[in-house]
Amino acid sequence: MATILAVDDSASMRQMVAFTLKGAGHEVLEAGDGEEAYGIAQRKSVNLVITDVNMPKMDGIALTRKLRTLPGYKFTPILTLTTESTAEKKQAGKAAGATGWIVKPFNPEQLLATVNKVLG
Amino acid sequence: MSVDIAQFHQTFFEESFEGLDAMESALLGLDVGAADTETINGIFRAAHSIKGGSATFGFSAVANFTHRVETLLDQMREGSRPVTQDGLEILLQSVDVLRAMLEAVRGDGALPDAMAAEVQGRLETMLATDEGGTVESEGDPQAAPGDGWRIVFRPHQHMLQTGNDPIRIFRELAELGELNVRADTSKLPSLTALDPETCHLAWTLELRGEASEGDVREVFDWVEGDCDLAIEPLGRVEGGGGAVPVAAQAAPADKLPVQARPSAGEGGSIRVDIAKVDAIINLVGELVITQSMLGQVGESMEDSPHLDVQRFEKLRDGLAQLERNTRELQESVMQIRMLPISFAFNRFPRIVRDLSQQLGKKIELKMFGEQTELDKTVMEKIGDPLVHLVRNALDHGIEAPDDRLEVGKPETGVVELEAYHKGGNIIIEIRDDGRGLDRDKLLAKARSRGLVPDGQLPSDADIYDYVFHPGFSTADKVSDVSGRGVGMDVVRRNIKALGGNVEIHTEKGRGTTFTVRLPLTLSILDGQLVRVGDQSYVIPLVSIVESLQIRQRQVSAIAGKAEMYKLRDDYIPIVRLNEVFGDGSPYSTLEGGLMVVAEGDGNRAGFMVDDLLGQQQVVIKSLETNFRRVEGLSGATILGDGTVALILDVAGLIQRFRHGDPSSHASSGPRADQHNAAA
Amino acid sequence: MTTAQSIDADHLNLAGAGEDQYLTFILRGEEYGVDILRVQEIRGWDNVTPIPNTPSYIKGVMNLRGTIVPIVDLRERFAMEVMPYGPTTVVIVLKVRSDDRERVMGIVVDAVSDVYNIGADDLKPPPDFGEVVSVEYVQGLATVDEKMVIVLDIDHLLTSGELRGVDRSAA
Repeated sequence: MATILAVDDSASMRQMVAFTLKGAGHEVLEAGDGEEAYGIAQRKSVNLVITDVNMPKMDGIALTRKLRTLPGYKFTPILTLTTESTAEKKQAGKAAGATGWIVKPFNPEQLLATVNKVLG
Repeated sequence: MSVDIAQFHQTFFEESFEGLDAMESALLGLDVGAADTETINGIFRAAHSIKGGSATFGFSAVANFTHRVETLLDQMREGSRPVTQDGLEILLQSVDVLRAMLEAVRGDGALPDAMAAEVQGRLETMLATDEGGTVESEGDPQAAPGDGWRIVFRPHQHMLQTGNDPIRIFRELAELGELNVRADTSKLPSLTALDPETCHLAWTLELRGEASEGDVREVFDWVEGDCDLAIEPLGRVEGGGGAVPVAAQAAPADKLPVQARPSAGEGGSIRVDIAKVDAIINLVGELVITQSMLGQVGESMEDSPHLDVQRFEKLRDGLAQLERNTRELQESVMQIRMLPISFAFNRFPRIVRDLSQQLGKKIELKMFGEQTELDKTVMEKIGDPLVHLVRNALDHGIEAPDDRLEVGKPETGVVELEAYHKGGNIIIEIRDDGRGLDRDKLLAKARSRGLVPDGQLPSDADIYDYVFHPGFSTADKVSDVSGRGVGMDVVRRNIKALGGNVEIHTEKGRGTTFTVRLPLTLSILDGQLVRVGDQSYVIPLVSIVESLQIRQRQVSAIAGKAEMYKLRDDYIPIVRLNEVFGDGSPYSTLEGGLMVVAEGDGNRAGFMVDDLLGQQQVVIKSLETNFRRVEGLSGATILGDGTVALILDVAGLIQRFRHGDPSSHASSGPRADQHNAAA
Repeated sequence: MTTAQSIDADHLNLAGAGEDQYLTFILRGEEYGVDILRVQEIRGWDNVTPIPNTPSYIKGVMNLRGTIVPIVDLRERFAMEVMPYGPTTVVIVLKVRSDDRERVMGIVVDAVSDVYNIGADDLKPPPDFGEVVSVEYVQGLATVDEKMVIVLDIDHLLTSGELRGVDRSAA
């Protein structure tokens, strides 16, 4: 149904996210850090980006900021995965242009619900 | 659709253990005075990943503990807390706790509650002495639900550029009750001035239903700050409301279905260098070509089935090529299981650091040849023996700083670990520049234990070898570091079980070197083929001492049953394999018979065989896969002619021989004979 | 050297609901059946390496394309008189379940017979055979084309006692 870019430096998280979303019929592209993700986003058109915040090379906040500079990604939903429920982390994401966030830990069902909400 | 996330546990564990290893190396490398920010960031990220993953996969104890570690690291990377020696200590201990916790959760061992509680206490104390950021808990507006809500929603101009779409928000609201939407277009500029990427619309929504204010606000969570939002109750407010769940989160499972899992040694996965995989693919490609060439020869023979010189040569060349392809493929595939020994060596900086502190000694560790590769399973099993040898070097080898100075050595002792390949084996040397072994003391101890009869003077090498004898420790003080010396014989036994050996070289006052020799792989063995009766058997070359022809006069018997052979100065038991296996007819005389002297577990015996058939490398196949373990056999192999040959378990046979009457097992009688049609 | 025998095509009808397919073989004039889903392949008799200290009905192990597979002589297992092995001797290679794992084992029989669809209802419980064949190993009796087929429980038959891991018999 949709092409989703999942970005997280933790392979087990990526696997779970990819598996869950693929099971719902989406195509999932994976990246281990912001730099890799940005590269993929430039080559392929993606409907939704789900990214962790803390990653080597380029973190989720920087990735969000960079994605928003791409014409094709001005309005693409970008969700950050964050474990902190403190206001400042979420705000950092929003300041960079993220659409929203998903709080970790989440279970696959929650992920799907949020993704469906965002993909409309 | 329900997704079973237990399938991702394995990856999570592997990744987390790697993360812990990375954290540990980085922590050990941190300079307290000039802590590198990027390094601290890396350590933080590792902890953060473990916290996130453990929370997601339901390991709440781990997540809780890691949260504090992460908080400490966060402060350090932000600069609000300096990196201190104490801090590093606590972090290193936290790594230990987490390792133990993850192992427990994976199924190997109990949760380290005492240790965890202690370290956690210290973490909290450290965190409390500095005002770290406090975690805000989400406000929980417990507004009593009334008839519904009137919501005035005015997005800021840029809101669309966050990827948020009012339509989606309304859709979500509509799930909470009955929604009425009225748009306010008053702020819309004219069409020509309109920038479609900005939002000039506003809406008034009426939501009727049981939803609470909290529920409504939650829908606008993501756009908070990007819009003006006003929420008022519709109609009367009634008293008494239900609790409002802020964010529905699945309760992390406190009890995990922990299955008994094999230790990290068996099973699991392996990371393979892509280059290795490519090499194999290429070789398989060549194999296909060879096969098709041979196939062609075969086809051409269908028409005229005789082998002329031309075709014979083609066949021969093809077969030679096949032999080469197969050999290269075999080598290539074996390479996959090979990993650099750095995985085993990585634990030593920490061990040396902790131990030298504990012992009050100054010790420097140097490692060489970390990229030397060996089989994954061998590496996992050599870990503990290596640790024991290193601890031994630290404890008994290296002297206390003052003692060293006294004999003119530098204060800091040096322990070196080196690994290299040599002749189909991997050699690991553990060298220390400590006090070396005292030959005379060892000899005296051996004599006092009756191991060396008076008057006999064993060679130096033999004397030093006694170190590996059970219960042998010439340490004056028994420190709890390396135990009472019961370890060394276990170390040697474990190394032998892997098909290897360990030797010791030492010079009094100068130092000691332990040399561990290991085969590069566990599944291939160099064997001596022998014939007993009609059957071929394989005796591992590494167990064979020598082969000889029996001279009857060297044979004597005890109580008419147990036969002994006088081999130079020793008496070794004679094992008649034909009787043990029930093959072949009994020997009329042993004179001139072939005997293979082999050693297992430190004991020797002479095995009677009918013929020596040559030496070759054999692939070890398991009997247990489809059958069961058979005493006296350590497996089977398939010979070039397709028949199965059994591999003898030398140590096991000798054991059995010492404890029971071997001939009693011949009761099975000849079996295959019955089915030969001939009389 | 060895040939895999193909199963008689005529009887390869798909089993109906409630029916299972069984491969039958002959042993001393009687017809026995095993669940066809457990049959991995059928081979002729080949070289077997005897294993010491095993009951005589375990002939030894055979090389099955690189795997070591134990071979059981069913005649001996049932204490019938043994027959010499010849070109018509057949080894049925089965997937046997024991404890928690699956093993591959072969049984030597006189000849392979046929494949039948037998419904669960057609499988009657066996009467007590006495010493010939222990009832534990018999799943049930069925009648096919007026012949009696003895359906075997191969898991029980091939993995009882002697074939399991035995502790060191050293005194």
